[in-house]
Amino acid sequence: MEDENFNEDSLNELLNDYPPEKSSLIPILQASQDKYGYLPRPVMKTIAKYLSIPVSTVHGVSTFYAQFRFEPIGKHVVKVCHGTACHVKGADKINETIESKIGVKSGETTEDGLFTLERVACIGCCSLAPVIMVDGTAHGNLDRKKVKKVIQSYREGE
Amino acid sequence: MPETKILIGYASCGIAAGASDVERALRSTMDEHGIDTIIRRVGCVGMCHNEPIVELIDEKGHYTYGDLEAKDAVKIVTEHLLGGTPYEDKLIISPEKQYDYFTKQKKIVLRNSGVIDPEDIEDYIASGGYEGLKKALEVGSDDVVEEIKKSKLRGRGGAGFPTGLKWQFARDAKADSKYVICNADEGDPGAFMDRSVLEGDPHAVLEGMIICAFAVGADKGYIYCRAEYPLAIRRLEIGIRQAEEKGFLGDNILGSEHSFRIIIKEGAGAFVCGEETALMHSIEGGRGMPRPRPPFPAQKGLFGKPTNINNVETLANIPYILREGAEKYTECGTERSGGTKVFALAGKVKRGGLVEVPIGTPLKDIIYGIGDGIEGDREFKAVQLGGPSGGCLPAEYLDTPVDYETLTKAGAIMGSGGMIVMDEMDCMVNVAHYFLDFTQKESCGKCTFCRVGTKRMLEILERFTHGNGTLDDITTLETLASHIKAYSLCGLGQTAPNPVLTTLRYFQDEYLAHIDEGRCPAKVCRDLITFTITDTCVGCGLCMYECSVDAISGEKRSKHVIDQDECISCGACGEVCPVSAVEVL
Ligand SMILES: Cc1cc2nc3c(=O)[nH]c(=O)nc-3n(C[C@H](O)[C@H](O)[C@H](O)COP(=O)(O)O)c2cc1C
Ligand code: FES
Repeated sequence: MEDENFNEDSLNELLNDYPPEKSSLIPILQASQDKYGYLPRPVMKTIAKYLSIPVSTVHGVSTFYAQFRFEPIGKHVVKVCHGTACHVKGADKINETIESKIGVKSGETTEDGLFTLERVACIGCCSLAPVIMVDGTAHGNLDRKKVKKVIQSYREGE
Repeated sequence: MPETKILIGYASCGIAAGASDVERALRSTMDEHGIDTIIRRVGCVGMCHNEPIVELIDEKGHYTYGDLEAKDAVKIVTEHLLGGTPYEDKLIISPEKQYDYFTKQKKIVLRNSGVIDPEDIEDYIASGGYEGLKKALEVGSDDVVEEIKKSKLRGRGGAGFPTGLKWQFARDAKADSKYVICNADEGDPGAFMDRSVLEGDPHAVLEGMIICAFAVGADKGYIYCRAEYPLAIRRLEIGIRQAEEKGFLGDNILGSEHSFRIIIKEGAGAFVCGEETALMHSIEGGRGMPRPRPPFPAQKGLFGKPTNINNVETLANIPYILREGAEKYTECGTERSGGTKVFALAGKVKRGGLVEVPIGTPLKDIIYGIGDGIEGDREFKAVQLGGPSGGCLPAEYLDTPVDYETLTKAGAIMGSGGMIVMDEMDCMVNVAHYFLDFTQKESCGKCTFCRVGTKRMLEILERFTHGNGTLDDITTLETLASHIKAYSLCGLGQTAPNPVLTTLRYFQDEYLAHIDEGRCPAKVCRDLITFTITDTCVGCGLCMYECSVDAISGEKRSKHVIDQDECISCGACGEVCPVSAVEVL
């Protein structure tokens, strides 16, 4: 598992875009996650070496921020908005419906690797609450029925 | 004669509502008829409740269409563009038809949003853009700081610190280099003012930063933007490139001595990074944890250098103030606070969206005047201002003017601009729990009062929502709250108890109903409600099919029953019942 998707050369190429100083750490982690979908351990080790900082620092920083993941993600990332407007308009129900439809809880990925379910705070479409975002596309004015259809459409897109 | 053109709202809200389908239909219909009218993608016009929106501008004036589908786009082309008569069905604004959603607003920060093409600097310049910068370079940095002081502009990021004074501090600091930071982290989980400004008018923010850098003597700037705002980031990148090409950014700006560069840093999903010292730690590459102040950023900020940090909306006011003068700016606002404030109006209000009003406007004028009241004409219950740091105000406070002092006195805060309206179906204990759950999770853990205190408060609120609270718990909550407010290191902890304290203050009966009677009056807290099926049931079986825990049984065409031991009170049955036979007790 450790070395899956991980190719030292391609990572070095990415690293070369950043000056080897501490303030590059977060941008590097972001670029690495964009590339691998998550942060594999060997990647973090290589980053530490490149920046001449302890691996524990890389780990400490990456675990501080909600954006970083340490497990591979599914093909479609479903983000359910739990911002205030969505909360008062039933985000919990939407979340619940998705959970029962795809069979995993927030923060998890389905066994077939098709969906990862996440929670986010306000994606800025409050007037269309409740809202979810799938792979960067927002879907608004949802209810249980509509959200099932949205999820189904991604399933059928396979 | 102005050329005919079509603007289409292409901010996140418009896209989510289906702007791209509408645009496609517009283009293909125009192609079919061989018309090549210009279509421009613009930012958020603020009437998010009407998205997708298209505005057609011709020699007769501006025509705004809303709530569009692809088929409406076809009509706009055939009836209006080709036929010359507006397509009345979806027409919201025209020269003959005003929309009071807008006539009750005053646009300074949002003046360009939804009007100009945010990816074209020429559009910005044509609307007076970068005039403020020229003026600033002309009058010199001392006068710039004076002008900002005179404008009575106060920080829009939440705390409301006078911007001119802040600039003065950074200006007075002696150092070989200084920084300017634009705080675009927008952490309040129910607010999107800054995102709309960045998406709709990025140059206004850039120009504000350049002027600020000139005034305080900084040569480098950072924009710290939430990673969740990819469109805003892209438009800022385009904006920076264009400004550099035009000589508004870079070395010797417009031939002056002033040089300035801007770098964009993406946040990584931590609410506390909106706090200025945490934000700077994050830019430096560390864990985003706050530190005690003093020293203030103006003395010792980013990389140890004097730093001036302002919010997006604060900066977006600057070009206008320089261009039009502080006197004009203070035509609206109050004695102690000039200008306007943008609010993200949402929740149970009929017309939600971005609204900009003079500081001092009563809440009622915003919620009922602009927002047109409560959805379904239900009863207003509370308005939440300031997100996790703010509070909920009840109906008695609807006459309160929105200004920093009055709102703080009422227990809420002006905040960054989130304004969520709630009705009788919202449970205030649940709302308090929601915000505390948010702050508790986002606490960085550095100081004990915030880390442990919020956790203890949350546990108590959880007991209330389960019907297991006691009256003593309320006293404990209040004690915890006062200690957390007094002893937390940063604003996150210092304000975290506010949503609980205001709901306790204004909605105590509701807390007592949960505690004394095990009842949730708004019928939200699941452990305190039961679902039953009444005799109205026609036995259609829809609820049985919908129930995710198989708690419903019954023969076709006979009354169904809910097994209370299995039922999780999710309410799905009630939502699908065609004859409203599901009752909540
Ligand atoms: C927990 C916390 C979160 C904050 N989040 C933001 C934010 O998202 N955006 C912002 O502009 N200011 C935020 N602030 C306020 C900043 O610390 C700072 O006061 C502000 O950026 C100063 O700019 P202004 O004077 O223009 O308002 C936050 C403060 C705290 C304590
Ligand atoms: S609260 Fe969900 S989009 Fe704003």
